[in-house]
Amino acid sequence: MTKSELIERVTALALERDVSLTSREVELAVKSIIEQMSDVLSEGDRIEIRGFGSFSLHYRAPRVGRNPKTGEAVELEGKFVPHFKPGKDLREQVNAAKKR
Amino acid sequence: MALTKAEIAEQLTDDVGLPKREAKEVVELFFDVIRDALVENEQVKLSGFGNFDLRDKRRRPGRNPKTGEEIPIAARRVVTFRPGQKLKVQVEAYSDDHHKKLDAGSPDPSKH
Repeated sequence: MTKSELIERVTALALERDVSLTSREVELAVKSIIEQMSDVLSEGDRIEIRGFGSFSLHYRAPRVGRNPKTGEAVELEGKFVPHFKPGKDLREQVNAAKKR
Repeated sequence: MALTKAEIAEQLTDDVGLPKREAKEVVELFFDVIRDALVENEQVKLSGFGNFDLRDKRRRPGRNPKTGEEIPIAARRVVTFRPGQKLKVQVEAYSDDHHKKLDAGSPDPSKH
């Protein structure tokens, strides 16, 4: 599922649930949600979505890497990388689906 | 403080001008639709942010770390997240700021 398919499905489900949202509003909302999530992570904060999961940054220690072309050693600084931890509901539902 | 569904909805009211109820609903729908796709074993690709992938893990031997007792870990399906290039670059900019702050000798602002 891509972002545009997500927008279509959210619009369809909104209609089903009697929520008054146009596809244009859903498009703007989806873009804003993704932007908010990216911005918060880029500020070093966490995202906690109950039932879905949480996003946080994990630290990667500095290390000596290698330039794959020249084989030369390069010192790499420590850095933060985004990490997602699925919530209990998501974990259980995804796993239960496998057994179906 | 962590970003939650309530805060995302509030921001939607400001950003997109949605009424409170619709803002709350669209946040629920957003995560529901992603979850439904994952439950159906469908990969979710949000360009710029990242991909949610599914991985089938085989059964493997495990151990109760307290008692040392062997308990097999059943085969299972798990969700993994691969951040996209844009998000990685944004977060690395934070890493750089973080290093500058550390170099400047100010107290560590985060507890990662």
